[in-house]
Amino acid sequence: MSQELKKLVQRTLESQHLGVLATLDKKNPYENLVAFVSTKDLKNIIFSTAVYTRKYANLRAFPHVSFLVDTRSNSEKDFHECVAVTALGKAREVRKEEQEKILHLYLKKHPYLEDFVKSPSCRLLNIQVKKYIIVSEFQKVLEFSV
Amino acid sequence: MFILPVEEVRENHRLLVGGKGFALALLWARDLNVPKAVCLTVEAYRTFLVQTGLDKKILMEIHRKSLDNARWEEMWDTALRIRNLFLRAKFPKRLEHALREGIDDFFHETPVAVRSSALGEDSAQVSFAGIHESYVNITGIENILKYVKLVWASLWSDAAILYRKELGLDLERSVMAVVIQEFVPGDCSGVFFGKNPMDGAQSVVEAVYGLNQGLVDGTVEPDRWILRRTDGKVLSHASALRTKVIRPTQKGVSLVKIDPKKSQVAPLSQKRVQAVFILGQKAEESFGRPQDVEWTFRNMTLYTLQSRPITTDREDQPKDEKSWYLSLRRSLTNLHELRIRIEKHSIPRMIRESETMAKQDLLGLSDKKLAGEIQRRKKIFAYWVDVYWKEFIPFAHGFRLFGQVYNDKIHPEDPYEFVELLRPKSMFSLDRNRMLQDMAALIKLDKKLAQKMRNGLLEDVKHPEFEKLLKKFMGEYANLQIFYELDSAPLERLSVLLLELANTSLSEHKKKPCTARKLMSPEQFLSKFNKEERDYARGLLDLGKFSYRLRDDDNIYLGNIERQMNRAILEGRKRLKPRFPSRYLKFSDKQILNSLRDIKYNPVVERSKRKQTQRPTWQARQLKGQPAGKGLATGFAHVISEDADLFEFKKGEILVCDAVDPNMTFVVPLAGGIVERRGGMLIHGAIIAREYGIPCVTGIADATELIKTGDSVTVDGFLGLVIIEHRKK
Repeated sequence: MSQELKKLVQRTLESQHLGVLATLDKKNPYENLVAFVSTKDLKNIIFSTAVYTRKYANLRAFPHVSFLVDTRSNSEKDFHECVAVTALGKAREVRKEEQEKILHLYLKKHPYLEDFVKSPSCRLLNIQVKKYIIVSEFQKVLEFSV
Repeated sequence: MFILPVEEVRENHRLLVGGKGFALALLWARDLNVPKAVCLTVEAYRTFLVQTGLDKKILMEIHRKSLDNARWEEMWDTALRIRNLFLRAKFPKRLEHALREGIDDFFHETPVAVRSSALGEDSAQVSFAGIHESYVNITGIENILKYVKLVWASLWSDAAILYRKELGLDLERSVMAVVIQEFVPGDCSGVFFGKNPMDGAQSVVEAVYGLNQGLVDGTVEPDRWILRRTDGKVLSHASALRTKVIRPTQKGVSLVKIDPKKSQVAPLSQKRVQAVFILGQKAEESFGRPQDVEWTFRNMTLYTLQSRPITTDREDQPKDEKSWYLSLRRSLTNLHELRIRIEKHSIPRMIRESETMAKQDLLGLSDKKLAGEIQRRKKIFAYWVDVYWKEFIPFAHGFRLFGQVYNDKIHPEDPYEFVELLRPKSMFSLDRNRMLQDMAALIKLDKKLAQKMRNGLLEDVKHPEFEKLLKKFMGEYANLQIFYELDSAPLERLSVLLLELANTSLSEHKKKPCTARKLMSPEQFLSKFNKEERDYARGLLDLGKFSYRLRDDDNIYLGNIERQMNRAILEGRKRLKPRFPSRYLKFSDKQILNSLRDIKYNPVVERSKRKQTQRPTWQARQLKGQPAGKGLATGFAHVISEDADLFEFKKGEILVCDAVDPNMTFVVPLAGGIVERRGGMLIHGAIIAREYGIPCVTGIADATELIKTGDSVTVDGFLGLVIIEHRKK
């Protein structure tokens, strides 16, 4: 079961370009769509942001995040077929020594973001995932810790 | 299928090989003498794009800003960036292998022409003649592959994007095939028009010595024969002034002087004119409609290079726009000629014109004569605006052409790196700023001088060095329009500016542009060319520098003429003050003219519609433009709505304006960052921002409306973002 579930999460994360990042703006939740890539072991989800953004400021103050990726097609089928994966964890800036490897991984999935992500005012962030929550078949909810 | 020889092209391949490739195949099938050729199909193009990721990158580029709102300068930038993407992308292995094998087997070391053949190109409805690129006399597989990429990239040139947009064609579905054709170094070449657009009963033959590239781009004037369409009888022959000819060189082609003996003889004999006519008729029979055929004679043999239908006029076809787009792309020869015209004729005339007007005593003129003078000056200004669009703006292509050659040679990561080689030692607006900064430096050092200025005693400061500088400044730049608004005292305005400049530390006046790269020197750049090419590269660098500097200076020359026109209008307006004390400031130029001419005339001033005062319920948080000057800056926004706002500008504020006009560059050293509505990497504001190393974002539509003076703003000159962090209550 755990292997199957892991594969479902992998497939879901690999199939999508964008995910919803939820941060905390003082007491209020704040969400953004961001381009991401996940590592094979599912321990890390990488995204990028410009430094003068709300999400970056929020993360500096409170690094805990929730990150949603789903397979919606905006039709009735979604109630039966859509899979929604929520990752819970802590985001931190990618460290210098791991920058090259992670940048390569990120650009492999999003080569068109090269100029953006290499800009001095942009940062790569890594969500170190603690737990995944997987919703499928409308109300079936499973969890696993990484 | 990546490669298809023309003899194997069939009807069902039309969408694979594009218009030009398909036409050549048809001519081949009809036994017209077509040089050996192969088509690189659109599959090759698609594979290249998908496997290199360029398809997505191009979409990112063309969606950076809605094309409906993009100015032609922004389109230049988009095209430049896309071209650089093609240059830097490597062929995917399988595709490269297939192309190398296919092309090499066919041509070995034979020189070829690499021609565009886009889908829908040269149909009966639309003509892309001159829009996409073709290159001739290319030898060796490495070079051919390089030029294939450039032909592909030409699908995304500014002219091609704009033209397809005008025609309503889907940009995202545009694809390009390429024809590689054996190069025929013709003795004389030309075009044949099956049906004269001026008279449907006639055909036209145009011919030049050598290759026909010069004829096609307008560099070489052709001889022209008008023929009767029914039987080819020559009705007239207009000789050209034959001075130049395009000849093949070791690599490519060059424009050279014609052999004096040949200049006396028409490039075609009567017999050869008839041979071209017969060729044109065969082409017309093949396609079932009159053709525009390019041909060349090599020794005694006549070759058909390409044939396209003569475009029928379509009401929705944007004729003027196409010629305008094309006028922005000039050959080096054409640009050199344009430079001579601008440098030797237009600029000296503009200077003379504004000086003559400046000397004229307007106060001594009667009201009627003043009205006549205003009208005359308006005509002069309109004339120079026209010259500006016809000569100066197309001449800006000089530095762009240099940029292309630089990028072709160096393949830099930053497609604007070439600008560093063009930066001039002297620019009008920077020289002017230097003088202002020198005066400001004296004020900073001398507290008494500063106090006198604060007390409004600029003319009597008793500081010989300062007075000398001030006199020089007023002498050289007294025509700065901005200091001379109605009812204002120019020296007072200058004092305000100088005091603020004095408040800025000297080291901040000339910041180094922030760059981590080691920049290339002109010598290093020239050393990348072999001996034969070096003179061309040197000439192009020189032209690029002049063209770059002119982008700044031309606005000042034109601004001087405008000021002289406005000076006369201002004088007219002042004279109307006693008659219409409460309204004279609102009169249009036409109303001023009529009032000066007719004492009984009573102008009606239309009431301006009341602005809606309703507070908007939304506000901008982050705006996206083009990163035109690298760096990050945060400060309070100062929105420039009118000239007077400039004199309230404080050190460290973010300059938010429609466009940094060269006549207002003097506030730039005070600015922490710049946000412009007008877009482009190479517009005046961006050039000046880079000179001072100030973060700058251009091309933000509605910047002056969405950002308010006093907003706290961050300019991200790396990503082209403007973040409005806090709005004034």
